[in-house]
Amino acid sequence: MRSGIGYTVVLLALSAAVISGGGGQDRSGPAGKADPRVGLKPGFRDAGTASWNMELVSTLPKPPGFFDPKAPSGLETRPEKESKPEKESKEEKKKSPAAPGPDALDFANSDLAFRGEHLFIGNFHGFNTYDVEDPRRVRLIASVVCPGGQGDVSVHGDLLVMSVEQTRGRLDCGTQGVTGSVSAERFRGVRIFDISDVGRPRQVAAVQTCRGSHTHTLVRSPQDTRNLYIYGSGTSTVRSGEELADCVGKEPKDDPNTSLFSIDVIQVPLDAPEKARIVNRPRIFADAATGAVSGLWPGGDHGPGTQKTSATDQCHDITVFPDAGLAAGACSGNGLLLDISDPVHPVRLDAVSDHNFAYWHSATFNNDGTKVIFTDEWGGGTRPRCRAKDPATWGANAIFDIVDRKLRFGSYYKLPAPQTEIENCVAHNGSTIPVPGRDIMVQAWYQGGISVFDFTDSTNPVEIAFFDRGPVDARRLITAGHWSAYWYNYNGHIYASEIARGLDVLRLTPSEHLSRNELEAAVLVREEGFNAQEQRRVAWPASPVVARAYLDQLARSGSITPERAAGVTAALDRAGRVGSPRDGGAGALAGRLSELSRALENEAAAAAGHDAGRLRSLASTLQGIGDSLR
Amino acid sequence: MQPGAPGGPTRDITAAEAADLSEVRHTPADVRFMQGMISHHAQALEMAALVPSRTARDDMRALALRIEISQRDEIEMMREWLEARGAQVPGEHDHHAHGDSAMPGMLTAGEMRGLTAAKGDAFDRLFLQLMIKHHEGALVMVRELFSSPRGGQEGSIFAFASDVEADQQMEIARMRALLASTGKEPQP
Repeated sequence: MRSGIGYTVVLLALSAAVISGGGGQDRSGPAGKADPRVGLKPGFRDAGTASWNMELVSTLPKPPGFFDPKAPSGLETRPEKESKPEKESKEEKKKSPAAPGPDALDFANSDLAFRGEHLFIGNFHGFNTYDVEDPRRVRLIASVVCPGGQGDVSVHGDLLVMSVEQTRGRLDCGTQGVTGSVSAERFRGVRIFDISDVGRPRQVAAVQTCRGSHTHTLVRSPQDTRNLYIYGSGTSTVRSGEELADCVGKEPKDDPNTSLFSIDVIQVPLDAPEKARIVNRPRIFADAATGAVSGLWPGGDHGPGTQKTSATDQCHDITVFPDAGLAAGACSGNGLLLDISDPVHPVRLDAVSDHNFAYWHSATFNNDGTKVIFTDEWGGGTRPRCRAKDPATWGANAIFDIVDRKLRFGSYYKLPAPQTEIENCVAHNGSTIPVPGRDIMVQAWYQGGISVFDFTDSTNPVEIAFFDRGPVDARRLITAGHWSAYWYNYNGHIYASEIARGLDVLRLTPSEHLSRNELEAAVLVREEGFNAQEQRRVAWPASPVVARAYLDQLARSGSITPERAAGVTAALDRAGRVGSPRDGGAGALAGRLSELSRALENEAAAAAGHDAGRLRSLASTLQGIGDSLR
Repeated sequence: MQPGAPGGPTRDITAAEAADLSEVRHTPADVRFMQGMISHHAQALEMAALVPSRTARDDMRALALRIEISQRDEIEMMREWLEARGAQVPGEHDHHAHGDSAMPGMLTAGEMRGLTAAKGDAFDRLFLQLMIKHHEGALVMVRELFSSPRGGQEGSIFAFASDVEADQQMEIARMRALLASTGKEPQP
């Protein structure tokens, strides 16, 4: 999240001519009917809800200490003026509170991380730990007060890492803020907690950085298993060199040692995390030819003879995909693709800009590492940007294919249901759902709720499930809604942090868009931990349910004959009864599966696109099942 | 519970202690920053309004539109912030009453008259030079805020001031590029 204004605009300006025709996405909602997300009843605890192909399993409010007891829903911010009749606006002014409590943002829930049965919810005020072993009965284990925002969290073993950017942050986790513009008590950077006693975390390290840490990313090096690496992304003001040595807030032309135009690479020795320190500040925006640190331009062509200046001087968020040696950086004015085979020295492979993008905010790879979804946080997250009048190409996702280690634009995806003036809404954090044969993402849209969409075809994303609540208040925009919504494969549920309302647990229900077999295949590969910015490739075992998931997909697209599908189904039914090579009929069944596998390989050779891949995957899955019977 | 400094013990605290942010409420410097920035932004709007009838360049019009939309939205947000805290909300034209030199980077009445009288390439160059100076003034205001005692520590004002700094730095960079191209062929 950002405060919600500036970049609004980059977009409006540069693209005024472009948008009028833009936005090919259909906004008619599920099955073309009136979208049930429109017109939901407002309420903090009793808002109306709408869901499609998913359901709310449980919900938990924020614990005491993490909201203002006098205003649990938070301090209000107003809807944009144009939406209000003048008279009403005057009445509201009279009712404005005279003695404000704490600022609502100071207690906002933020990002999530997982380890085993434990869920960690970051908050601008600290973090909370829950036990999610039973998703219907989520239990609070620990409330840890340590302010500094945004409080994004990640977990590695017994270490929990947290981002701190605000100038009120203190080394000692105090709530009293910091006196003095230069202070040894202030903390902005990356905190590290020992969570070996999960009910009682201890702070073991606090790595100070010049711009603080807005977000961070854990990076494991295959060559260097004794250290954990952290990419710290700072986006706010550079502190003075008097408070922290070597911090320089000047532009590169005024001081080449500027703290702008870099990220922080922090090394954490796993056997001595208290010795964590910055080991590099790579100039990932540098111009390769000139070496100028500010080599990227976000807004299009310079034209000959123009000055080499750049707006991209920070990354908002970096997502790594170590299985492919890649990282995707969402870096204010650009989307970056980085080679991280040496984590300490990331190398830029490509940089893209987009005239519809206001602020490159976050990045998510698909499971194969062949696509990246970048989000555009137009309006910063606190403003309503999903109204019917807002273009479907602004504040949306942009889906890119990775072709020859370069990014190639496919299409945009934006929440298809229009939201009100009093719901802050824009693309925000999500994760993939590991359904074999498809690319599916679940994503939070603040008060736009949660949307699940298929982007297997990068030029034609399609929504397949959603959950939404009405606005917090009937008349005023109160900053709230889902910050992050992630699929956690420990028990196959979706966990979503709600800025003001707390924690939501949801599950997908089988539908024409996602079969029971596909859902069961998704939960087959159990995860023991999850950090959204640290993606791993899922490989599915040769299991009948995986084969059935491919079969359902081929049937859905009409890419398999009914006879072939019946033959495969019959063989899989038999495989369900024949468990091992010692069982009767195992040899014959193995032969039958091999035969089907060869036939499907031949059909794949004649097919095209995603279905060719699914036929091949089905063939190799059947072969694998057959092999297990020999 | 509340952890200590790195290496220190974690201690138990009450929910009331945990939620006590009484010492990080907004400060008089925060209020002055917001009030001053409304006037500062208002002058940027006045300047941007001059552009469409005086420039021949589409990229200049786009720049003006961008400044207009973003700073109007920011003024609205600053008003909300001040109203919610019971502080006085200045009108958009109050900067005249405060005196033209009140805020860093603000144009004098004479500079404003000169800009109003200019046309074409001369206007473009003058506008960019003055708007760069104007934006640099906003950066000075942000730095002054953060260097004031306890300034900019409340959540909303921290986020707002951080964004003003990042966004105006970005626009300055764009304007420098535009300035370098004035007098040449308009960019596509």
